[in-house]
Amino acid sequence: MTDKLPRTNATAKAARGDAHPAAGEPLLRIEGVAKTFGTFRAVDGVSLDIKAGEFFALLGPSGCGKTTLLRMLAGFEAPDEGRILLGGKDIAQALPHERPINMMFQNYALFPHLAVRDNIAFGLKRAGMARGEIATRVAEMVALVKLEGLEKRKPDQLSGGQRQRVALARALARRPQLLLLDEPLAALDKKLRENTQGELMELQRRLGMTFIIVTHDQEEAMTMASRIGVMRDGKLAQVASPRELYEAPHSRWIAEFVGDVNLFDGEFKLRDGHQLVIATQGAGTLVVAEPRERVGESHLSVAIRPEKVKLSRRGPVGEIGHAVAINSLDGVIADICYLGGTTTYKVKLDAGGMMQAAVANSARLDIDAYSLNQHVVAWFTPDDCVVLPS
Amino acid sequence: MSARRIFARPARLAAIMPYVWMVLFFLVPFGFVLKISLSQTAIAQPPYEPVFDLTQGWEALKAAFAALSVDNFRLLASDDIYMFAYVRSLTVAVTATALLLLIGYPIAYGMARLPTRWQAVAMVLVIVPFWTSFLIRIYAWINILQHDGLLNQILLALHLVSQPVVWLSTDSAMYIGIVYSYLPFMILPLYATLAKMEPVLEEAASDLGAPPWQVFWLVTFPLSLPGVGAGVLLCFIPIVGEFVIPDLLAGSNSLMIGQTLWLEFFTNKDWPVASAAAIVLLVVLLAPLLLYERLQKRQLEQGR
Repeated sequence: MTDKLPRTNATAKAARGDAHPAAGEPLLRIEGVAKTFGTFRAVDGVSLDIKAGEFFALLGPSGCGKTTLLRMLAGFEAPDEGRILLGGKDIAQALPHERPINMMFQNYALFPHLAVRDNIAFGLKRAGMARGEIATRVAEMVALVKLEGLEKRKPDQLSGGQRQRVALARALARRPQLLLLDEPLAALDKKLRENTQGELMELQRRLGMTFIIVTHDQEEAMTMASRIGVMRDGKLAQVASPRELYEAPHSRWIAEFVGDVNLFDGEFKLRDGHQLVIATQGAGTLVVAEPRERVGESHLSVAIRPEKVKLSRRGPVGEIGHAVAINSLDGVIADICYLGGTTTYKVKLDAGGMMQAAVANSARLDIDAYSLNQHVVAWFTPDDCVVLPS
Repeated sequence: MSARRIFARPARLAAIMPYVWMVLFFLVPFGFVLKISLSQTAIAQPPYEPVFDLTQGWEALKAAFAALSVDNFRLLASDDIYMFAYVRSLTVAVTATALLLLIGYPIAYGMARLPTRWQAVAMVLVIVPFWTSFLIRIYAWINILQHDGLLNQILLALHLVSQPVVWLSTDSAMYIGIVYSYLPFMILPLYATLAKMEPVLEEAASDLGAPPWQVFWLVTFPLSLPGVGAGVLLCFIPIVGEFVIPDLLAGSNSLMIGQTLWLEFFTNKDWPVASAAAIVLLVVLLAPLLLYERLQKRQLEQGR
């Protein structure tokens, strides 16, 4: 039945003669791609499928291979191994100018000798578009990124934010099947960055385009992307939605890389229904929910996000507090970090370890706040814990 | 305030220095040459009539000014020899500069794309000929180009020619000499602009659908224009006035203006005509200089 519905996106692509994926196939398929520089294996056997219309983020520390992977998608590097299929066609060895993929560069790479208008029109002219059509498209792009009135300026007469918009308009002008964004917001200050994040998401939804963004900023990836691939040492460590990545990390490394976490190493003691009992170093015996995938080893780590840890003066409180088996640990406040919306307390546990708790400052006055060296109980449910191989 | 006071004097002095230099070593000598060009030859030492003598007072000065004549410039205009010399100088300079650009650009581009540590090596290789005297290098070319010289030996050995080619005293030899001598002056400014250009701009162009030759013509070349301008000027202007290379390597049937100047000055001992010829040359060369200046100013305005 869906066949009868107008599918403007697909028909438009077909009209331009571009490769487009058959139903159910991913737009982009990366198969066992590897790249070695000298003896350094920058990208080491990455496989990944990206569906049309996705906003995908490649996240990782610097040197993890995310930029190299992106450059292979753009065609600036050729993979030593593996295939890159765009709409079913292998483009791994195609030159950059032969790919229906455009890139927004980290420092924008605007042509300094061309005005805003000519920067945006550059790709359209190369595509052999008619002059009138180019003018229409440029005007459309200028309006899209709200640069009206600046068409005749040179890049060095623009502010950082304006330059970023020109770069975006230039990359979008050819209506690529896939837009690559290399740290697109890294050069902007915080406030502008947050606004631009929202605008980018809005734009991506409106245009229905597929975006792949490379970033080292996990908050940026979490905010914008529908799926995140975390890279480490040239490999994809985990591909998941932002929530899954944060709440169900695959490994200790990801738990620590994405957000803050309390980690306690321990030994598996016994299984009690769907719960495991683990004797930890530093936090005593903890009751944790059994993970979906069975953890084989007996050496385990327990990860608890700081905001899952509740503090109280005497013990667990509230409905949940009484209903579920509770991990409740005594300690004293060792450090207080007030962040405005939340306060992070470091609790020195009587069991020896240190536990971070992020408490929302839901009241304006500080009657509920804890003070240094105050005795507190830190508590959390078995479901708040993630069991990871250590 | 106090900081400004401390720095004001040395800073002002430093700003004045280039003007002092220009006045002492360019404007004053230029005044002498201009004065000589307006006077008449005389069989004397120096071989021209003194134009004015400040010791003789105001009246003598007025008389001297009245005696100034543009006869020498009229002579330059009336005799074809000078016109031919100017035209030949400009033709040789334009041709040689074009050759230099064609040869120098790929070399500079290649250098700028080398790994950093090899760039320093390439730079030394470009500069190393300067360690040998210019004259010795031109004489070496005479040796290479002569009838049984290295070039003919190679050509004969490769069976590219059956008879030794006459190289010496031809325009080809002169162009070889000029291109060889001026190549570093073309390469260095080109290399400087190309090396500081971000390669990511070329990547952006190819990402936007430009095949390699368009990347070069639409991005690399326009962005290297300041270097092209500097290199062209650094070569063109001295080549117009070049004396040694055409004198040693080219034939004697047509002279460049530098050679004509030499003849007037040393052989004919006609200092005033030689000076007039030099002044006209300066005016001719002012045109490309002013053009370059304007282009650079435009670039600066863009680069705000």
